[in-house]
Amino acid sequence: MSSSESPTSVTGTARVKRGMAEMLKGGVIMDVVTPEQAKIAEDAGAVAVMALERVPADIRAQGGVSRMSDPDMIDGIIGAVSIPVMAKARIGHFVEAQVLQSLGVDYVDESEVLTPADYANHIDKWAFTVPFVCGATNLGEALRRITEGAAMIRSKGEAGTGDVSNATTHMRTIRGEIRRLTSLAEDELFVAAKELQAPYDLVKEVASAGKLPVVMFTAGGIATPADAAMMMQLGAEGVFVGSGIFKSGNPAQRAAAIVKAVTFHDDPDVIAKVSRGLGEAMVGINVEEIPQPHRLAERGW
Amino acid sequence: MNIGVLALQGDVREHLSALAECDALARPVRRPEELDAVDALVIPGGESTTMSNLAITFGLLEPVRKRIAGGMPVYGSCAGMIMLATTVLDGRPDQESFAGIDMTVRRNAFGRQVDSFEADVAVDGVAGGDFHAVFIRAPWVEEVGPEVTVLGRVTSGPAAGRIVAVRQGNLLATAFHPELTGDLRVHRYFVELVRRAADDAR
Repeated sequence: MSSSESPTSVTGTARVKRGMAEMLKGGVIMDVVTPEQAKIAEDAGAVAVMALERVPADIRAQGGVSRMSDPDMIDGIIGAVSIPVMAKARIGHFVEAQVLQSLGVDYVDESEVLTPADYANHIDKWAFTVPFVCGATNLGEALRRITEGAAMIRSKGEAGTGDVSNATTHMRTIRGEIRRLTSLAEDELFVAAKELQAPYDLVKEVASAGKLPVVMFTAGGIATPADAAMMMQLGAEGVFVGSGIFKSGNPAQRAAAIVKAVTFHDDPDVIAKVSRGLGEAMVGINVEEIPQPHRLAERGW
Repeated sequence: MNIGVLALQGDVREHLSALAECDALARPVRRPEELDAVDALVIPGGESTTMSNLAITFGLLEPVRKRIAGGMPVYGSCAGMIMLATTVLDGRPDQESFAGIDMTVRRNAFGRQVDSFEADVAVDGVAGGDFHAVFIRAPWVEEVGPEVTVLGRVTSGPAAGRIVAVRQGNLLATAFHPELTGDLRVHRYFVELVRRAADDAR
């Protein structure tokens, strides 16, 4: 689980992996496909960038198998910014994750946005020094990912749509299921664990803390400052924005506006102010119009 | 006595609860008028580039600098240490800080996230033995001015000897994150510093 430099200095512990996500709280992580976009994101106040080959909207439009990004592109982005760089690996593709770790990526996203490499198993994330973030649509899924070693969770939403409705559903579901756990009697938690298909000890920990043991961000369909602020008010601890920025009319300004809206998510005056003059938002697709097999949130289990 | 936690971004909640456990009144600070209402400030861990950006945008940079010049006690952890440094290396060329402590700090000095680590640090003035410290993409202090007291260094591993805790007057900074470990000694040290500063002002 961890490698050590000397008996008294240890890397790759759960604490430094989960702690890294704590430092991103209240921030916005932006999808970028070039070093130039990464600079725009950093200038706008992003806490991290997610390096990928195509933003989800393009993955959706172009189809085909979607994989880990070209290492040269990731190197270019790492060289361009001083903020943390994340990158996506396919679900279950532990070698893509090994490659990302060797490139010095700061966080790996085992992501349903890419084509899954294994339809049964996710990556054993305890085996890595680099921390992982994983998507979840409900509490059971989140707890299974944490059991596999995920150090951060993001609600999935429906990536590449600009439609925030699935993000709200997933965030409300996870938060609602956590609230329900906190109301259960101790002897009811055994059945709750069975129903959630998650380990009893973890279920018990969530029931007593009233929160996940790792940071939870939101993702999937966030396109405006108001979308981001709503997700924060619904209990997200930070926001991933994918296609919403670089598929919009004025990426730099929209990126900065979303950053401000996340910090002042409870202040409608600020959100109103930053929402002015942003130009066109990404066009978007209604999730309801996407045929079931093309819904990314249903990948992962 | 009110202690604010700069709440532009980062692990604000962990600092608020650590301060509350030290029986201090703690509240988030995002606006200049909220800064006016506190006697001291904690700058949390987070991304210093983002914090610097938002501090400028929301008009907190100059007010915090003025309060620091006026003697307000401030404690910064990790990104907070960077925000307190007069000179920042490996940052963005336009990165602004509150510039309270006369020191040169190098960002991400220990490496990237895969190099983030836990290690023991001896902190002067904090009784009870070594402090088990968590370093996350942490900075270190390369140089300090004559007014700065070095309180702690890394004791082992490849970075042994690096300065990771300093104090200058009422300003305190650590490269590590005591708010993540449940060990309240650094926060108690700061709360005590704030109490003394309040008594002296009386």
